Amino acid sequence: MQFSEQWLRSMVNPALDTAQLGHALTMAGLEVEELTPVAPAFQRIVVAEILEAAKHPDADRLQVCKVNVGGEVLQIVCGAPNARAGLKAPCALVGAELPGFSIKQAKVRGVESFGMMCSAKELGIAAEANGILELPADAPVGQDIREYLDLNDHTYTLKLTPNRADCLSILGIARDVVAMTGAPIQLPAIHPVHVTGKQSKAVTVTASDACPAYYGRVIDGVNAKAATPDWMIRRLERSGIRSISALVDITNYVLLEQGQPLHAFDLNLLQGDIQVRFAQAGERLALLNDTEVTLKPDDLVIADNSGPVALAGIMGGKPTSVTEATQAIFLESAFFTPDVMAGKARRLALSTDSSYRFERGVDFGNTQQAIERATALIQEICGGTAGAITAVTGQLPARQQVTLRHDRLVSVLGIEISVAQVGQLLTQLGFVFNETAGVFSVSAPSFRFDIAREEDLIEEVARLHGYEHIPALTPIALQGMLAAPEAQRSNAWMSDVMVQQGYQEVVTYSFVDAAWERDLYGNQQPIALKNPIASNLSVMRSGLWGGLLDTLSYNLNRQQSRAMLFEVGSRYLREAQGYAETLTLSGLCYGSILPEQWSSTARAFDFYDVKAHVEALFAQPVRFVAETHPALHPGQSARIYVADQAVGWLGKLHPQWQQQYQLNQACFLFEIDAAAIQNSRVPAYEEVSKFLPVRRDLAMVVDQSVSAQAMIDAVINENISQLKQLKLFDVYQGKGVPEGKKSLAFLVLMQDTCKTMVDGEVDNVVAKILRNWSSNFAATLR
Amino acid sequence: MADLNHLIAEAQQDFANCQDVPALENAKAKYLGKSGALTEALKGLGKLSAEERPAAGAAINVVKQAVEQALNARRDSILAAEQAKQLASESIDVTLPARAQSAGGLHPVTLTLRRVEALFHSIGFSVANGPEIETDFYNFTALNIPDNHPARAMHDTFYVDNGNDSMEHVLRTHTSPVQVHYMENNTPPLKIIAPGRVYRVDSDATHSPMFHQVEGLWVDEQISFANLKGVVQDFLQKFFERDDLTVRFRPSFFPFTEPSAEMDMSWNGGWLEIGGCGMVHPEVLRHVNIDSEKYRGFAFGLGVERLAMLRYGVNDLRHFFNNDLRFLQQFIK
Repeated sequence: MQFSEQWLRSMVNPALDTAQLGHALTMAGLEVEELTPVAPAFQRIVVAEILEAAKHPDADRLQVCKVNVGGEVLQIVCGAPNARAGLKAPCALVGAELPGFSIKQAKVRGVESFGMMCSAKELGIAAEANGILELPADAPVGQDIREYLDLNDHTYTLKLTPNRADCLSILGIARDVVAMTGAPIQLPAIHPVHVTGKQSKAVTVTASDACPAYYGRVIDGVNAKAATPDWMIRRLERSGIRSISALVDITNYVLLEQGQPLHAFDLNLLQGDIQVRFAQAGERLALLNDTEVTLKPDDLVIADNSGPVALAGIMGGKPTSVTEATQAIFLESAFFTPDVMAGKARRLALSTDSSYRFERGVDFGNTQQAIERATALIQEICGGTAGAITAVTGQLPARQQVTLRHDRLVSVLGIEISVAQVGQLLTQLGFVFNETAGVFSVSAPSFRFDIAREEDLIEEVARLHGYEHIPALTPIALQGMLAAPEAQRSNAWMSDVMVQQGYQEVVTYSFVDAAWERDLYGNQQPIALKNPIASNLSVMRSGLWGGLLDTLSYNLNRQQSRAMLFEVGSRYLREAQGYAETLTLSGLCYGSILPEQWSSTARAFDFYDVKAHVEALFAQPVRFVAETHPALHPGQSARIYVADQAVGWLGKLHPQWQQQYQLNQACFLFEIDAAAIQNSRVPAYEEVSKFLPVRRDLAMVVDQSVSAQAMIDAVINENISQLKQLKLFDVYQGKGVPEGKKSLAFLVLMQDTCKTMVDGEVDNVVAKILRNWSSNFAATLR
Repeated sequence: MADLNHLIAEAQQDFANCQDVPALENAKAKYLGKSGALTEALKGLGKLSAEERPAAGAAINVVKQAVEQALNARRDSILAAEQAKQLASESIDVTLPARAQSAGGLHPVTLTLRRVEALFHSIGFSVANGPEIETDFYNFTALNIPDNHPARAMHDTFYVDNGNDSMEHVLRTHTSPVQVHYMENNTPPLKIIAPGRVYRVDSDATHSPMFHQVEGLWVDEQISFANLKGVVQDFLQKFFERDDLTVRFRPSFFPFTEPSAEMDMSWNGGWLEIGGCGMVHPEVLRHVNIDSEKYRGFAFGLGVERLAMLRYGVNDLRHFFNNDLRFLQQFIK
């Protein structure tokens, strides 16, 4: 909502300067988003009349003018082509300060000049100008131009919240200023006009729930070509509305002043009577904005015998609109209910000043006043004879009594305020109430659509009391301790482990390029957005690797040569019913294992470096099983399991994608469900054995394809009670080991909790292990 | 019996000429070895008479002890010199850089969220989470924003394609739906904050289509609007470590709170908008079966990037999502 300060002050003029008024509006909930003067702060510019304009002796494009500035006649050299004798225009006197320059007595090509004739651009009131600003012939010579053009004005732009539809007019804002300052209101005088016209239109409202008030009247003999008065153009323009024609300007003026949208039809283009009804499916209407809409049965229309002529409360039809040729109009002022209007304009992508107001609530107590106001202005400006108003009214919204309990108000707000003070504030707001023992029974005026329950009134009282005066108090409440599950690690713990290992956290978008999903996750049917912000941010990620690789590329392009990145965020997955989100930790390693340094030979990250980073995250035993993943090198890819549950992946980026992402070196990636990492345990003490463990080392020759994990698993599954640890410590291929085979060296730790193990028992355990491996893996001792 | 005292000086001289322990052991043999001069002298005692033997033996022993003493002294000195040499050869330049992994770090949004969580945790708030792909019901309806309510236009909503005309799923436009989930599953008193990602169809220098909010909710029997102001002010003072910081409320409108306010924070002589808040709307409590006559609560939402920008002096929102390492590494601490 944009409006002129002077317009508002014509209705209420509190003892506040422009900035103070803006602050007061903001603090009352009508946030001033922008406050701009309509003209820069210049002085000494007056209305002047050019008495003579003669060609400059030495310059083709200049004229030497004799200018009456009121009281004296000055010689002024002027370059504007429209400077001519008899023209009235603004003149900056010597000493005037304009935006960017000041006026001095000067010689222009040898001719003395004692001022400057000004264009609208030079005054800073228009962006462009063609010549000096031509003023009306009756402009009083000598008058300060600021006064004459009413330039001591400002434009306020309010960011109104949807509940304050009542402030979508000068009248509404004025009422709130009255409520907050107590200054008196001066409303424009509105009297029913003298009805002399004989013409009228019958109106039938079949959708009376949707349109409980419809007022229409014929005004004939109007001069549609009449000029809109300057004062009206100024108020409209300063309120963000361009002047179009007198009839349109007047309806816009009343819209802004009273908050009541109006519509004028060209009477002679209407066929027969007026109906207010819902559209029939498939009816079409050509609109004022040169579009055509196909209507649905829940669209409310104004129709004549030929069909719809306007989309009720949203926009008029093109064929019946007023033009310069219009001689008679049918003027409409109606109340369309917010319920019916809600969402319609948005569906048709037609947000108008009118629909904006109707869907939020227009004062249904003002419908008739507004049409009288518009009629009077039309007669004043365009002439014409007004016919009688045709009024069709139905059941207007009822304003229920809302109860406000003083004690509830005090405890909800936490302020001290007396019953009498609350009553005073309600009165200031124009609310009518009864009060008994601190319980108010309040009914809201017709312009307030946001007062339906006690909290609405509490908010109103708080607003007028002043949010600034609400104290900042520490709550007094019972305090219990928070739960602290010890077997559960936090997100912070997880991230800290990554940071301590040298990883940098990144935050990437949850929506990604569909190609990333397809390539990296084999996801042909990602969760898509209906209205993505860009095609490369159009689907929800089912994994975080795309974002990490993108971040890597971004940084490689900025002189980075290595990176260790991680992100903690959701993956989004489709489920039978709706969607699931899994909190995930993903990481990426690229480049050399250590930053460039002096003491060891540079080496790139390999699988086992990154595997160590991953293992550091888990409290529970974790297993890596060779499985393939679309993003990963098939020979260097492992699925991560905790117990029998797959919880993630680790591997080398597939060379195909490495090439596609233009990476010079191998890149290692992992992705783990956060929940698997966060599951920890509460430690439980076990007796420490007093007996020394016995160690045996076993070097086994097996086929190259045998996995060490499988060999360990096979033995562990045998549950040999005295076996405490079985660990691989060496891998060897080469001299002494046949081609296609490898030697794996295992450390076997054995211990008995009750006694020292004797040689026979040790041999027995070792024999069991060897038998197992021999039969399952054809393993032989080396 | 010949005078043996000259051997002491000779031995001292011989030992002094030895530069290492093997040489010293060789030199020792000349005096104390099997056929060394002193060993021979002791062997010669047998030829003496019983009367002469004690005096001669004592004289030999005096010389022997002196020689042994010279030997030990020389050995100690050689070993000390050798150790000193060894240590000198092992000295390194301790100023060379360590063989270290690069330092990792957290994203500034995480740093900010951790501060927020720690401060609210200190007065008993727990952290709650909710889905980011939300239903229309939780994102709007349950928060008292019915279909076609003009307030929906304030949220530039991303809609999820369910493969048909359905507009049922959205990317949450705020963290407020977490309030609803939490209140559905817990009974008052309730004290939570809900941090997380939120989404709006908006992208320019000052808007990101994805950003972070932290929602706060306190529902109890005696919670007031003044308490909301108190808690938010306390938080901001502690977050920014500035006791002079004050909070200003401005009337505003959110369908899910009433009264509602925009929160401004005093900052360098002016006011900065830092979020929205209000008393939980009775309609929201009704949706989750909480008796609004018995309980009431406040809720607030803060922009996490906004807090991070102010706290760390970041001047451009876009830095947070470009993930330029030169930017991120400034937050290693």
